[in-house]
Amino acid sequence: MRALSDPILKVQNLTMRFGGLVAVNDLSFTAGRGDITALIGPNGAGKTTVFNCITGFYKPTTGRMALRHGTVDIDAHVERLTDTPNDHLVMAEGSLYLLERMPDFHVSARAKVARTFQNIRLFSGMTVLENLMVAQHNPLMVASNWTLGGLLGFSGFRKRELEAIETAKYWLEKTKLIDRADDPAGDLPYGDQRRLEIARAMCTEPVLLCLDEPAAGLNPRESLELNALLRAIRDDHGTSLLLIEHDMSVVMEISDHVVVLDYGTKISDGTPEQVRSDPKVIAAYLGAEDEAEVEKIEAEVGL
Amino acid sequence: MMMEAPAREPVNLAGLLKDAAFAAAIAFGLFSLLLGLKTDQTLNNQMVLVPRPGLLFTVVGLVFVGRFLIGYWQAINAGKIKKKKAAATPLALKIEKYGTAAFVGFLFVYPMVVLGTAGPSGAIKWIDNFGIQILIYIMLGWGLNIVVGLAGLLDLGYVAFYAVGAYSYALLATSEPVKEFMASTIGPSFWPLWAFWICLPVAGILAAFWGVLLGFPVLRLRGDYLAIVTLAFGEIIRLVLINWVDFSGGYAGISSIPRPSFFGVPFNATESGFAATFGLEFTPIYRTIFLFYVILVLALVTALVSTRLRRLPVGRAWEALREDEIACRSLGINTVNTKLTAFAIGAMFGGFAGAFFAARQGFISPESFVFLESAQILAIVVLGGMGSLLGVVIASILLVGGVELLRELDFLKAYFGDGFDPAQYRMLIFGACMVLMMLWKPRGLISVREPSVFLKEKKAVSSDLVKEGHG
Amino acid sequence: MEVFVQQLINGVTLGAVYGLIAIGYTMVFGIIGMVNFAHGDVFMISAFVALICFMAVTALAGMSGGAIFLALLVALIVSMIVTSLFSWTIERVAYRKLRGSFRLAPLISAIGMSILLMNFVQVAQGARNKPIPPIMRDTIRLFEKDGFVVAISYKQILIILVTALLLGIFWYVVQKTPLGRAQRACEQDQKMAALLGINVDRTIAVTFIMGAALAAVAGTMFLTYYGVVVFSDGFVPGVKAFTAAVLGGIGSLPGAVLGGMLIGLIETFWSAYFSIDYKDVAAFSILAIVLIFMPQGLLGKPEVEKV
Repeated sequence: MRALSDPILKVQNLTMRFGGLVAVNDLSFTAGRGDITALIGPNGAGKTTVFNCITGFYKPTTGRMALRHGTVDIDAHVERLTDTPNDHLVMAEGSLYLLERMPDFHVSARAKVARTFQNIRLFSGMTVLENLMVAQHNPLMVASNWTLGGLLGFSGFRKRELEAIETAKYWLEKTKLIDRADDPAGDLPYGDQRRLEIARAMCTEPVLLCLDEPAAGLNPRESLELNALLRAIRDDHGTSLLLIEHDMSVVMEISDHVVVLDYGTKISDGTPEQVRSDPKVIAAYLGAEDEAEVEKIEAEVGL
Repeated sequence: MMMEAPAREPVNLAGLLKDAAFAAAIAFGLFSLLLGLKTDQTLNNQMVLVPRPGLLFTVVGLVFVGRFLIGYWQAINAGKIKKKKAAATPLALKIEKYGTAAFVGFLFVYPMVVLGTAGPSGAIKWIDNFGIQILIYIMLGWGLNIVVGLAGLLDLGYVAFYAVGAYSYALLATSEPVKEFMASTIGPSFWPLWAFWICLPVAGILAAFWGVLLGFPVLRLRGDYLAIVTLAFGEIIRLVLINWVDFSGGYAGISSIPRPSFFGVPFNATESGFAATFGLEFTPIYRTIFLFYVILVLALVTALVSTRLRRLPVGRAWEALREDEIACRSLGINTVNTKLTAFAIGAMFGGFAGAFFAARQGFISPESFVFLESAQILAIVVLGGMGSLLGVVIASILLVGGVELLRELDFLKAYFGDGFDPAQYRMLIFGACMVLMMLWKPRGLISVREPSVFLKEKKAVSSDLVKEGHG
Repeated sequence: MEVFVQQLINGVTLGAVYGLIAIGYTMVFGIIGMVNFAHGDVFMISAFVALICFMAVTALAGMSGGAIFLALLVALIVSMIVTSLFSWTIERVAYRKLRGSFRLAPLISAIGMSILLMNFVQVAQGARNKPIPPIMRDTIRLFEKDGFVVAISYKQILIILVTALLLGIFWYVVQKTPLGRAQRACEQDQKMAALLGINVDRTIAVTFIMGAALAAVAGTMFLTYYGVVVFSDGFVPGVKAFTAAVLGGIGSLPGAVLGGMLIGLIETFWSAYFSIDYKDVAAFSILAIVLIFMPQGLLGKPEVEKV
């Protein structure tokens, strides 16, 4: 399994407390490079909290989240990095990041982890194209000499901006939104908004894309299209995906690796097939108390 | 009346009268004491009450009639099918584009037109009170527009930066050590002539610096709180200016601030003055016209810079920030720096305007930098339609020019007696206008957003989709 | 020590006034989430109404002790009624239509209303200071040390007692009556409250009226205490009361009173021990510091950023 042989993200002993509430309890898992890793679990299991920790919006109470670019051996260097006050380590074969030490915008800008939101967060008063341009803010900022060159009209910026528009066009075509490029994002139908948010996240050129319930509210046809899009992102761009999903058809269809959470604790971890037949998972989803009851339920549902 | 559709329901006159009577009763309750009885001081300092029943009943009567007419108007319009709101069209963008161009052209010829029609003595008032005054507010509006309109940061203390600019120029220009230093190194006539041109950028930079200084701690606050903190900062700066007499002269302010020269040629009646140099007869109008062009150019620079900034990544990030800050952070945008840039650039233009204000007046005191000024500038931006440059122009003309026009209503004295001074109603009417304008057009006069980049066709974004910022 | 006790008494008196105004800010913010910028000017109006009533009654009844008591009572009651009417009208005319619209609109409308009210009073009553004849000048000597007399005036006793009494009544209304329950429901979720049959418009109007009535108490006390009022008196006490509301935790009623007391105490001690010139600077600085470092205030609930 690639999660073990070629990991991109390694989460260790992640715990997040809000006052007395333990939302995530000592969670460890790895996500493999080029994998689609699904994080599933009943409502309130703490999935979105894990996402918020990975993307820097929450500072975890304890725990380590190591992400690598290139082929740095995480296990070999992570302890050394942890002992320093730094949040990243650059080496010849790539770099290593400790996400829990980085402010949210650095997680995206430097560690290259992009995300979408459960309740879509688009810039609804800006056009679809503008949304994708904002996503390319950092490289464009450099090209505009931190505004100065752009203000004086240097040609280098103009050229880079055209490239950015090309990138945006590429993703608009991928997500079939090219005809709506000049419409305000807020005018798009729901399914299109979901895809636009993915396109926008991809414009930041992430190594890891975190999707929070990308299929929520989609009809079956849109759901199928989404599967194709996510596979294309994985296969054509080598971007690893981490997704939270309730729609089991999506999860089982496309994911390479599934991690199951319940009450903030990991209860299962493995391939879709392994997870599907794990009695603990079934119990968590169906609300059974103990093993015996699980067996009874399994018998009832014909497993 | 004959054109009206016959099927319309008859107007319920009794109901309208009842409404009007209710409004009048409320008005009577509100005003019977505050208008009906005036507190006055007699010559030996005794407080007495002077009844004014006539005034009270006039006002109550006006409320009755007013409410009735509004109700009637609403009733006869209620039956008509409401015209569907037209979607934002490229037309609105065209109006903005060509309207602005036409307006700028008009401004360049304005002093000449006024000079031609009103003559040199009559023109000063029109160029100074209307032209320059309105242009200062347009410039301030455009400056604040960067902060409020684009970045969505609600700043109620913008006047602080205006004050920083004004005081920077006034203090530097009147400072004895600087004067002596310049006199000993370059020559005695250098500093009074060039102070404005040297201090103008300095004032802008200092204001920007203050923008960063004040902005840094407050930027994580959300909308209303940010507004109140910026208000507090504005007041603190003003109160310090009042109380720190050694530094700023306190209430007395700073006087005899050098006026701008025509790039080294002073506007005075001497041999080397502007009039003599160009072989003209001396009149003060030349300076006024020159000042008009200075503020016009300053304002246009503000407009040009903010238009360009909108199309740059930083400007797009501002607007994105106004829309959704969390999404911005998820895209790797450093929101603190982005907000600070907006604050600093907005403050810088406020500083330029302040330096110009000090140079134009020749005298400044803390009285010019009260909260009301901030409110006025903010009202101009919001009323104009957030983010719209032309909107700011229209709002400035309406609010500043309209209020200024009240000074011209002296003929009303013929009707209301000599004690009637229309100017004292200026702020009363200004406040009422702010409320009414918000009720009428809460999104501002020009409420479409122009996209900063487009693929095939530039489509205006209706303001209903544009969010208002939250921090 | 003597100065300290004296300033404590003065500070609590002033704090009572700020606390009463602060409740109006905090309640309105709690229920519709807007800073009612005109509330300070509503307070100023109430002081003017009280002034006119006081003058009218004393003009008829003379300046005897009983007449002054009567005049103050009439001033208080009339001021509460008229000020409530003002606040109701303001909400009805300038805010109701903007509820739930573009967020800046109500704030701008409120600022406009504040300018309107201030200038209305200036035009209607003139721009000069309006004094009342000195009343209730007697004090109770508490103790004396090295020639410094610590005293509490009847005025101060009156202010503190009336404030305490009205706060008690107010507390009862908010906590124990269906009206208070409706208010708290609207605070949580207006749509849901409306679905459950609560008249949201009326509840909000009543909130404005209650805030104004308490501001009117503050206005009458302010007039009694300082003996003078001017049209621009709404702004600075308004900002200080808002500071009090924020300091106490906006949305929290005990917080508003606590915040008011603290601001009153800080102001008097600052004036006594540091510099009277900078007392407003101190108040504004506290406002800024509190908002920046503890925006939830002393008794407010912390806000967690929702991602």
